[in-house]
Amino acid sequence: MPAAATSIQFDEVTLGYGRRPAVHHLHGEIAPGSLTAVVGPNGAGKSTLLKGIVGTLRPLEGRIRLTGPANARIAYLPQAAEIDRTFPLSVYDLVAMGLWSRSGLFGSIGAKDRARVEQALDAVGLVGFERRPIATLSGGQMQRALFARLLLQDSPVILLDEPFTAIDAKTTADLLDVVRRWHDESRTVVAVLHDLDTVKRVFPQTLLIAREPVAWGETSDVLSPENLLKARRMVEAHDPHAAPCHRGAA
Amino acid sequence: MFEMLYGPFAEFDFMQRALVGVIAIALGGGPVGVFLMLRRMSLTGDAMAHAILPGAAIGYLLAGLSLPAMTIGGLFAGVIVAVAAGLVSRLTSLKEDASLAAFYLLSLALGVTIVSLRGSNVDLLHVLFGTVLALDDSTLLLLAGISSATVLTLAVLYRPLVLECVDPTFLRSVSRAGTPTHLIFLGLVVLNLVGGFHALGTLLAVGMMMLPAAASRFWSSDITMMMILSVVIGMVSGFAGLLLSFHVELPAGPSVILAAGIIYAGSLIFGREGGLLWLAWPGRHLEA
Repeated sequence: MPAAATSIQFDEVTLGYGRRPAVHHLHGEIAPGSLTAVVGPNGAGKSTLLKGIVGTLRPLEGRIRLTGPANARIAYLPQAAEIDRTFPLSVYDLVAMGLWSRSGLFGSIGAKDRARVEQALDAVGLVGFERRPIATLSGGQMQRALFARLLLQDSPVILLDEPFTAIDAKTTADLLDVVRRWHDESRTVVAVLHDLDTVKRVFPQTLLIAREPVAWGETSDVLSPENLLKARRMVEAHDPHAAPCHRGAA
Repeated sequence: MFEMLYGPFAEFDFMQRALVGVIAIALGGGPVGVFLMLRRMSLTGDAMAHAILPGAAIGYLLAGLSLPAMTIGGLFAGVIVAVAAGLVSRLTSLKEDASLAAFYLLSLALGVTIVSLRGSNVDLLHVLFGTVLALDDSTLLLLAGISSATVLTLAVLYRPLVLECVDPTFLRSVSRAGTPTHLIFLGLVVLNLVGGFHALGTLLAVGMMMLPAAASRFWSSDITMMMILSVVIGMVSGFAGLLLSFHVELPAGPSVILAAGIIYAGSLIFGREGGLLWLAWPGRHLEA
């Protein structure tokens, strides 16, 4: 369990591609140990936001900071993970990748680590699948395996990008239990979601974005009809003559 | 009868040397080929083999048929193309195959232009098709050194290399090892192609990588097993190809690749992992 919970702070953050902002001037903090849903229409910048937190995308402006234990590691489950499913690899080996932060490039995997892999497989209901090649897994089983890998990463911060899209109800319920467990362990969890019922049921905090942040706070306040309508009106089209943004420039 | 199998190697020094050479090439080339195949970079290997030609040709123009000059020239050209293509694909939106095609076409055109400055020469055949029957001590040492270095490097890089193939996003999120791993691997590809080039020439060198690797895929779906099989298949091809060329008087280099091609075709038909016969007659479906 992480010793100190980690917060994620956004200081006037603008993320985007080329010069086009996908997340525009986000300012605020994801509290340590909070469970936050990121909600918004397609193209609202939700995935971009997660990439910014992981660090694979550099902000065009502003800063994203993680507080808490120095260089806190982030566990990240991307949307439609770019996994080569035809690669000859067993479920066990895929899950065991989660041990990377302890084993690194060359470290060995001992009896203790193997026990942790077994526990993680058990937690997501994949006992008996160890030797199966990943090519034979269904979409839901694959997602279970990826959650097991996240469990092994044992990170204070966990980012999930649409983890339950195209996943059946039973699997979603099982994996939500894992998410709740992370929350109970004071890990900071951020998940991009589309199903508002799930958000209302499980996630205390919500960030509603539509390129610009629309609302952020308690889920019940954020998901008001007015806010949702505002988010839906987001301009999807991109303006070829957009002028440089000077907001925040002194 | 058995005489025919070992006689030529017992009797002729050049046959012994050729056998040692192809065994060394098989040892390094097989595992590299398996990774090339699993990363869907089989054609990358082919493209890089072409990229080596101009470098070796420049070495040849400057110093004649000199082992160091042509090796260094080939390495330079190969590494420049591999690294430049790798970096372009990582830093821009151009995919690796496109950037590689651009660079190897450029270097090929450059090389052909340079070669043409001196006009045609019999020695050019050496560059193109190699001289597996005329390997001297220093070339054999080079081949042995390359295959040893390859096997050791792959052992060290195994974990990030597999991760880079399966789930590059995940590797990026936990480690910065991805890009260096990729570049070192491309370096290994170049190194093995340059080694293979001395024996088999620029055009056929890649055959000792891809044919054994592709054949091994039809027998196993375990990476370790595939690498072992690819090495064995490469060595058997070398042995059979040399014998074939000796007894039937065929050119040696192409015979070796032909032998590998025959094993590949056999694997394609009879292989237990998705071979054609197993696809056509899979047997009754199972209960569960």
